[in-house]
Amino acid sequence: MNDMSNFWSGWITFIVFLNIFGCLWILWWTRRKHDDDVAEGEELHHSFDGIVEYNNPLPQWWLMMFYATIVFAFIYLALYPGLGSYKGALGWTSVNQWEHEMKKADNRFDRIFEDYAKISIKDLAKDPEAIKVGQRLFGNNCSLCHGSDAHGAVGFPNLTDTDWLYGGNAKTIKTTITGGRTGNMPPMAAVVGDATAIKDVAAHVLSLSGRKGSGDAATGKTKFAPCAGCHGQDGKGNQAFGAPNLTDNVWLYGGDEATIITTINHGRSGAMPSFKDRLSEEKIHVLTAYVYSLSK
Amino acid sequence: MAKSHEIVEKNIGLMIVFIIFAISLAGLVEIVPLFFQDETTKPVDGLEPHDALALEGRDIYIREGCHVCHSQMIRPFRAETERYGHYSVAGESVYEHPFLWGSKRTGPDLARVGKLYPDEWHRVHLMDPRAVVPESNMPGFPWLADNVLTGENTGTKMKALRMVGVPYTEIDISGAKAAVEGKTEMDALIHYLQNLGTVLSFKR
Repeated sequence: MNDMSNFWSGWITFIVFLNIFGCLWILWWTRRKHDDDVAEGEELHHSFDGIVEYNNPLPQWWLMMFYATIVFAFIYLALYPGLGSYKGALGWTSVNQWEHEMKKADNRFDRIFEDYAKISIKDLAKDPEAIKVGQRLFGNNCSLCHGSDAHGAVGFPNLTDTDWLYGGNAKTIKTTITGGRTGNMPPMAAVVGDATAIKDVAAHVLSLSGRKGSGDAATGKTKFAPCAGCHGQDGKGNQAFGAPNLTDNVWLYGGDEATIITTINHGRSGAMPSFKDRLSEEKIHVLTAYVYSLSK
Repeated sequence: MAKSHEIVEKNIGLMIVFIIFAISLAGLVEIVPLFFQDETTKPVDGLEPHDALALEGRDIYIREGCHVCHSQMIRPFRAETERYGHYSVAGESVYEHPFLWGSKRTGPDLARVGKLYPDEWHRVHLMDPRAVVPESNMPGFPWLADNVLTGENTGTKMKALRMVGVPYTEIDISGAKAAVEGKTEMDALIHYLQNLGTVLSFKR
């Protein structure tokens, strides 16, 4: 506590010493035998519910232990911050203990990450040790959304396949981790048309991956134009906008007809947070190598 | 002198006085001075009181017992700061009444969960945690998405908090109902979670 006033510092010091000397005084006061009229070891003349007391002094070994705690208190208060604003001879604080712990770890681990940073991501992805390190980083930072096995979940991409929203080359993966991504498909219902039109477009989307919907795919194809802006006329997507490829039967939110209709009606938005303020560049480098290794 | 302990033992009123004196010593030394330290009474730079929606979210957090399994207190140990981020400081909790530091972690600490995951992740996770974290043993809270807030008491809550020192303005209080009304409990809780611990950051 840097800005403790003299009053509070004095208050704490005073009560602490009052307490210690109070303990000493009570010890001194009670260590003698209880009653001068009764010989040591004899019964005292009172009983509570039949329980009687002998006139014995406190056991010596127990008293000594108590005195030892008082000696300990003085040593502790001299070494550690306990008396108001007095910092203690060791200068210990919980923050500098933490800093020391961090520094020790940095000295040990920074070298490893610096060495990894010199290796290209492609080569690093072949290094089993680096991949192990990357897996730990992944577990701590990425697995909540992408899963501990990186297989993703509904709305959160699978990283182990070869289908990439923004691109799966080393540089793009690094950009994605560093800066995050915001994917946004607006609700398309108003642009596409009524419920039948949406069903037709959904049928067309299903046909792109060789399946059939309940609507008319041929009509849907003519109404696909508003979608083509991002997904392309052929539905192959566009990694510049993170627009998914609709022809590969890999689905982020689900590829059944009902889900596709929901997606067209309400749009979708996904966000991957940025890690540039959380992880050092070297760690992002190793993490990139791990993610890169997953789909190779 | 020799029998003076008898006076204490046979006078229950006097004994109560001595007991109160003895047990208050630790509090007088360890707690009372903290009421007067800048470190514990001044907010850290950039700390804002929870806005109306976050305040409702916080009450839902308490109602659903989130604090029973999730702490909001990162201790200054490397193992904790590596996982959760910058250790918690007292100045981050000055607007918290009551604080939700917690003392048990069945789930992870949430002191710095704000902006860590996208809103959509929280939505999926609160509906069914195992949809995104198969190993999770957290219960789902799907009813939060159905319950709609009226904002009826939000302003009153803010007034009560202002009485204990949270600097809400008249505009905050008069606008509280409009800011909350029609939002689901899910929206409020996610908004609250996304604001947790964003004041201090820490890069590893």
